[in-house]
Amino acid sequence: MVKYIFGEVENNMTSNLPEGFFQWVWYLLQQYGTLFIQGALYTLLIAVIGTIAGCIIGFLVGIVRTIEVNPDANKIKSGLLKGVQWILTAYVEFFRGTPMIVQSMVIFYGAMEVFGIDMSPLAAGLLVVSINTGAYMAETVRGGIASIDSGQTEGAKAIGMTHFQTMLYIVLPQTLRNIMPQIGNNLIINIKDTSVLNVISVTELYFAGKSAAGAYYKYFEVFFIICVIYFVMNLAVSRLLRLIEKKMDGPDSYKLVTSDYMSGEITENSSTIKIKGGKQ
Amino acid sequence: MEAIENVNGNSPILEINHLGKTFGNNEVLKDIDFKINQGDVVCIIGASGSGKSTLLRCINMLEAPTSGEILHDKENILSKRKEITSYRAKVGMVFQQFNLFSNMTVLENCMIGVTKVLKKDKDYANNIAMKYLKKVGMAPYINAKPHQLSGGQKQRVAIARALAMEPEVLLFDEPTSALDPEMVGEVLAVMRELASEGMTMIIVTHEMAFARDVSTRTVFMEKGVIVEDDTPQLIFNNPKNKRTREFLSRFMDN
Repeated sequence: MVKYIFGEVENNMTSNLPEGFFQWVWYLLQQYGTLFIQGALYTLLIAVIGTIAGCIIGFLVGIVRTIEVNPDANKIKSGLLKGVQWILTAYVEFFRGTPMIVQSMVIFYGAMEVFGIDMSPLAAGLLVVSINTGAYMAETVRGGIASIDSGQTEGAKAIGMTHFQTMLYIVLPQTLRNIMPQIGNNLIINIKDTSVLNVISVTELYFAGKSAAGAYYKYFEVFFIICVIYFVMNLAVSRLLRLIEKKMDGPDSYKLVTSDYMSGEITENSSTIKIKGGKQ
Repeated sequence: MEAIENVNGNSPILEINHLGKTFGNNEVLKDIDFKINQGDVVCIIGASGSGKSTLLRCINMLEAPTSGEILHDKENILSKRKEITSYRAKVGMVFQQFNLFSNMTVLENCMIGVTKVLKKDKDYANNIAMKYLKKVGMAPYINAKPHQLSGGQKQRVAIARALAMEPEVLLFDEPTSALDPEMVGEVLAVMRELASEGMTMIIVTHEMAFARDVSTRTVFMEKGVIVEDDTPQLIFNNPKNKRTREFLSRFMDN
């Protein structure tokens, strides 16, 4: 009797479950497809928002760290600046010097035990990725600013721009363009490295994979699927970033403006414009 | 070496008194006295390292002088640091290396100072930028980025950018030294035209023929000192100072 029942169950299982590798992949996709998509979306969400927030943090920290202390400024001001720069340096060194997987544990459980803040895993994940990316971006931005030719700054100063205007209109736009490849690197790294957030049970793609794999003990098949999803996401992201870079560069060629259009445009106003400082 | 009084008898636009500049213990400028009147076209000549460019950069405060004073509208600009940006807006500068903003088109390069520093509206900025781009013959290239232009074209845009600010005086720091020989002419032609229209200019240059033909005053500098400051006729044909003579004869030999 028992044997019969057992036999039937066994029979039932073997008849319903797939046999080969690809059959399994197809079966798992049907079973857990929505779970994987949901995990992938979480991964993208955390990586994209974390990278954007990290860039903002990186720009702010990088800018403050590149301010040169003016020897003529008063002592309280320059002392304050030095203090802030020291703190920012400490921030950069600490978050570059510890693994993100450890940071997420420290922040998630630390917030709970020390400050009594019960963060959702998603919020903690976003925070960790943002400040981690910020630390790397701060160094990238610092290098990016340093790489801008001093002639650009002098040209801006010579027409009377303030330091703030020079940064805003001349130095930072050029810095942003120059560090775009590094921002792309960071985004791709973040898409992959959000997987470490599974330790604080953020339901991102790796976490989804782990959950699905455990159900049938089909680790290879499941993580083969997860692997393909990561790769496709990153391939799409890297293509997209190249497009954005091209867009930022503008067209390769330029159109010469015809003289007809020009003369009409200018004669209209030329009577009001005279060279100042002349004898004419 | 007495400065020549302006024919109009106006008070000078710029008056430099006892200006000194040291880098560490290297004294680059020593006790410079120098006046710029309206309509002056002053060419500063001298060997490399004589302090010509440093003097020009001090006038625009790109280098901070270590002593002396620079009077603009009878006010010493070295005493009140806050006014530097509005002072710089009135004293245009054209660089050897052009220094066009590489993230902007030709037109944007000429507009940015007008809109952001002079706080004029976009239409005004566009018109005035176009006016001066046309003057330097670069109007057809308004949509180009600096890296798409030749050296001579870049320098002409840089001149238009400075002119669009309608400065009281324009400083040129070796404007043709970074150019290929065939492009020197087009830039000098623009500068000649400006001079003939009465633009006040201070030009650091190695173009002796240009200095002789175009300037109203020629200044010879050596080792951080103004050796001679006179009309180009006298400087080039009958220099009073032995060192000026030596410099010019060396130049003519080459």
